[in-house]
Amino acid sequence: MTEQNTINDLPQVDPVMPIPADGEARPAVPDDAPITIIEAKKGWLPIDFHELVTHRELLFFLIWRDVKVRYKQTVLGASWAIIQPVFSMVIFSIIFGSFAKMPSDGIAYPVFVYAALLPWTFFANAVSSAGLSLVSQTNLLTKIYFPRLYMPISAVGVGVVDLALSFAVYVLIVVYYVMFQGTAPVPGASILLLPGLVLLTIFAACGMGFLLASITVVYRDFRHIVPFMMQAWMYATPVVYPMSMLPEKYRPIMALNPMAGIIGGYRSVLLNQTIDWQNLAISAAVACGLFIFGMYNFRRTERFLADVA
Amino acid sequence: MWREAGQLINMSKPAIIVENLSKRYRIGLKEKANRTFGEALYDTVAAPFRRLKNLGHAQADGEDTFWALKDVSFEVQPGEVVGIIGRNGAGKSTLLKVLSRITEPTSGRAVIHGRVGSLLEVGTGFHPELTGRENIYLNGAILGMKRAEITRKFDEIVAFSEIEKFLDTPVKRYSSGMYVRLAFAVAAHLEPEILIVDEVLAVGDVEFQRKCLGKMKDVAGCGRTVLFVSHQMNAVESLCTKALILSEGRVAASGLAGEVVRDYLQHNKGVTLKVVTKAVEFLGVLNRHSLDSVAATDSFEVALGFRTGPEELNAVRIDMELFNERRERVIHTRMKYTMRPPNMRPNSDVKCRIIFPPLHLSPGAYRATVWMSAGRTPLFWADDVDVLTVSATPALDIPVYEEDYRPVLAPAYRYDLQCCSSGDGGLAT
Repeated sequence: MTEQNTINDLPQVDPVMPIPADGEARPAVPDDAPITIIEAKKGWLPIDFHELVTHRELLFFLIWRDVKVRYKQTVLGASWAIIQPVFSMVIFSIIFGSFAKMPSDGIAYPVFVYAALLPWTFFANAVSSAGLSLVSQTNLLTKIYFPRLYMPISAVGVGVVDLALSFAVYVLIVVYYVMFQGTAPVPGASILLLPGLVLLTIFAACGMGFLLASITVVYRDFRHIVPFMMQAWMYATPVVYPMSMLPEKYRPIMALNPMAGIIGGYRSVLLNQTIDWQNLAISAAVACGLFIFGMYNFRRTERFLADVA
Repeated sequence: MWREAGQLINMSKPAIIVENLSKRYRIGLKEKANRTFGEALYDTVAAPFRRLKNLGHAQADGEDTFWALKDVSFEVQPGEVVGIIGRNGAGKSTLLKVLSRITEPTSGRAVIHGRVGSLLEVGTGFHPELTGRENIYLNGAILGMKRAEITRKFDEIVAFSEIEKFLDTPVKRYSSGMYVRLAFAVAAHLEPEILIVDEVLAVGDVEFQRKCLGKMKDVAGCGRTVLFVSHQMNAVESLCTKALILSEGRVAASGLAGEVVRDYLQHNKGVTLKVVTKAVEFLGVLNRHSLDSVAATDSFEVALGFRTGPEELNAVRIDMELFNERRERVIHTRMKYTMRPPNMRPNSDVKCRIIFPPLHLSPGAYRATVWMSAGRTPLFWADDVDVLTVSATPALDIPVYEEDYRPVLAPAYRYDLQCCSSGDGGLAT
């Protein structure tokens, strides 16, 4: 019988805690210790906002991780975040601007289309990565507890970083048109509404992301469906064409697509056009509704995600 | 007033109360074999609809469900360290998952007083592309630490993990030993009131296991409550005050750690006896305790104990088949190949030692089928005898494999490469 390297080699420590005899003081749970009750729950559940706040640093770290990791071992690095919308702009300008002679409210087509591609690229990327955020991290889902809502939210958060980068490119494009073409519309005071529009886009992206994330865990089919869906959605949204192409009476119906009104808003603000408040209000309401429904639906399905993942 | 009342309650309240906790899993419908290609095609097309239908309503207790936990109840007092033992599939991991809030119970409930930190897997949330430094922050945040807390403990974590030199190297370039050390170091510095730990000591070399046990002992020493799953009976015995045996989702036994562990080892819970006669009684693996953490490079012996009945036994054969966790037969030892079948006196205790050279087995738990016969008469047959656990020892240059790809053997081999131009006559040996 060999003795070395068997478990006998481990130190024979005494039992760590002496077992307290009755009446002796035993360690007590601290007074302020939170009480957690674990039991089967049914139906719609409230969202633990307190928990979301106490774990906010985790959200930051999840976004930071994805931003940091995404362009590691790539030659072009973070410029990929810019290349995607710029490339789409070039293609759309050639096809829709030059060949199809798509109307663009009298604005240079590249500027016109980029102003919409900015929020659309963000929305499309955010929704598809939020949709995959749970299936691509099943190891987290099944091995540790933390507010699961942060998985799709962090995917959207990464998109915000890209949005900021591609916005810088928009500024460059406008500067170019002002200097060399003299035709680019310079934003007016309404540009102050931009943060609100970004927030609405985030709401819409999160709402869609929440829905798709929980569905994709159960039905992996959505992995394949989402790319088509986003493509179709883009053409159903005034990105390559102006909202003004539609007859006035159909515009409110169009605005039920939250991205229609929101992208209209971006265009109005960036290209200094009059804002269609009615459309924007409808889309904003739909976006907020989507966000709230998505969040509660996610919460409802959260409890069995770890079992099916 | 309120505060005093709360304190009074807390003083007498357990840290964890588990009441009739049950968890049911669905294991998929039994499907009949397809007879024709047409039927197979139909099945494939119909599958999504069947799935939709099944998902809609929860099904009653049937063939396609199984209870991972069934009516589990126990209490843990603050400051207690409870070891949870049981065979694979006994429900240990499910219990920890439910208590960590990863998955919801089907019925019953658990009340937990205090913040819970759970460590079900070493390195959950580590990102291979990030450096050691970055992963400490990321992993700490995932485990529930605040950024300031991580910064405060950063140096301590680095010192514990012994990876100072590689702090700014992506962890994908770490050896598996370094990876595990860093991951455990982060988790070990989590300071919750209740710590839930699953089998994390099974990884890492003996030296590091010792260090981890020491660290967990410190944690427990501060009056924290620890729930600890392990296959290492020695660790449970030395670390825990209480122990709990789970078997098929139920609590089979509970009590003081030493007693429960001894009981578990002696009675070899889970052994399935197929043939039993009065002629002989199987006492189990006598030295199971010292076979708890055999290194791949160790030679070892298995001592089987028997008690003979009132009759003398002639031409006895004792055979043992050793199986790994994937139920692959690794070794079949046959007594008749090594010695002449002996006779055995009645009413005596027999110790049969099977001595092995270093086998270089992959890490994991090994079970055996043991049987005995006299001449052509079978005397008994025991399946699923818990025999030994081979521990991972990266310190010995033995490659470490992921569980799914783990081969049967893991010897310390080496490569040698020779290059010569083909003009010189190629590779002449």
